[in-house]
Amino acid sequence: MDLSNLYQEVILDHYKHPEHKGLSLEKDVQVHHINPSCGDEITINLTMRDGVVSDLTWDGVGCSISMASASMMTGLLHGKNAAEATVIVESFVDLMHSKGTSQGDENVLEDAVAFAGVSQYPARIKCALLGWMAYKDAAIQVHGK
Amino acid sequence: MTVNPALIRKDFPIFERTVREGKKLVYLDNGATSQKPNSVIEAESDFYRFKNAAVHRGAHQLAEEATEVYEQARDLVASFLGGVSDEIIFTKSATESLNLLAYAIGSAEPSNRFHLAEGDKIVVTEMEHHANLIPWQQLAKRNRATLGWFEVNSEGRLDLSQIESIIDSKTKIVALTHQSNVLGTVNPLQEIVKRAHEVGAIVILDACQSVPHMKINVKELGIDFLAFSGHKALGPTGVGILWGRSEMLADLPPFLFGGSMIETVSMTEATWANPPKRFEAGVPNMAQAVGLGAAVKYLTTIGLESIHDHEMKLTQQLIHGLQSNSDVEIYGPAGCDMRGGVVSFSLANIHPHDLGQFLDSQGIAVRTGHHCAWPLNRKLGVVATTRASVYLYNDSSDIDALLLGVCDAQRFFARA
Repeated sequence: MDLSNLYQEVILDHYKHPEHKGLSLEKDVQVHHINPSCGDEITINLTMRDGVVSDLTWDGVGCSISMASASMMTGLLHGKNAAEATVIVESFVDLMHSKGTSQGDENVLEDAVAFAGVSQYPARIKCALLGWMAYKDAAIQVHGK
Repeated sequence: MTVNPALIRKDFPIFERTVREGKKLVYLDNGATSQKPNSVIEAESDFYRFKNAAVHRGAHQLAEEATEVYEQARDLVASFLGGVSDEIIFTKSATESLNLLAYAIGSAEPSNRFHLAEGDKIVVTEMEHHANLIPWQQLAKRNRATLGWFEVNSEGRLDLSQIESIIDSKTKIVALTHQSNVLGTVNPLQEIVKRAHEVGAIVILDACQSVPHMKINVKELGIDFLAFSGHKALGPTGVGILWGRSEMLADLPPFLFGGSMIETVSMTEATWANPPKRFEAGVPNMAQAVGLGAAVKYLTTIGLESIHDHEMKLTQQLIHGLQSNSDVEIYGPAGCDMRGGVVSFSLANIHPHDLGQFLDSQGIAVRTGHHCAWPLNRKLGVVATTRASVYLYNDSSDIDALLLGVCDAQRFFARA
């Protein structure tokens, strides 16, 4: 396994220049998730307007995989309605559990297919999923409001 | 005797394999668990092959032989620690040893010397592994005792300047690590034991990181209880040790109830066997105990003083090498005095997980994360660190590989 397959440049780029990082002042819900095995943490603020993700910001500390993944996710989910967002999230989760057998659907995941390599490193799947699991939690909470 | 890693590695079958597509295994995660020599693997499997029966039960030949090798293992561990056999309790892990103590103490009646009343104090340190923090933190909560602790200073050592007020007259328990699993710091026990005994407190030592790596004599340390895990000391998983001074164990109530630990039983009452049996309810992890016996035999043959000298040479090489890299920050004592072979560090702009992953691609196994010492990490102001920890089978080429790997990782992650 070539390590540059795991650490694709687009991932390192998002790690160094994260998008939507910094929590917005207003939000419908805030969710804080941690990875207890490594101490990585993420907080996300989610606002939905008329069933659409109108604002999604995050902050956190962690490895390049967890931080870049959160950065890419927030970009991807912005402006999507709840159902579209769910499709994207499920697609990413499936990719992470594919054990290297899937390249990911670029039409759905766009740049996030760069994380396909992570699925071959069992210890890192949780890193890549940290932000996505926080979003899933936030989406459920917003729905319940 | 000088430690010869090349010769020692021949005893450890795992070094015959390669990792990550043909790379030599550079195993520097000994603080998490050690590799096993053939003598340990064989002792464990031979128990199942030739002696397997439930110890201390049954009148048949196998039961006799199983009991004999199990008790021999206890004798070996006792002489390894400088204690006597009846002071050695086999548990499943050091974590269980410490929990056993916490629960036993927590259940002691008011007439018992271990009774922990409301307002009594338990003292720990800021550098404890979760296994020697949470049992006491939770015991304090259950028994309405208070929890106090020694802080860690900027050199990674315990701040003992307030020892008299921290270990005060209310203190009943002082529980601390012998060597930090993150910083490598070896704690000065003499002063702490003296003060604890002055106020009538007991001293419980988490020796997981020290017993496998340095000569320990429980009598000389003056402590009251000690816990360590077999698997960090070349032994199998599933076996830990609790050592307690005879007069302490005599008064300690049991924690786990069941077979073997009783003297008499009626439908409504039970009385307890003497130590160590009082604390070994149920059929124990016999093969693992026998394996641990073989492990301490192996360590004794090489000699703990030699092992420690060897490790400190490697540690010095590692610290010097890391210090020459301006992007590296080392946590813990910079010198080798009162220190063990555990070195935690961070690398500017590269998260420990990413560094660990890169090193893994080069065949180098290190630990990354909070090392089960979250409060200490907070104190250090880091989320996670990278930790390298050495043992008797490591050599200077392993350290060179790590130092080179760190530089290569810097180049790799700088590319985007």
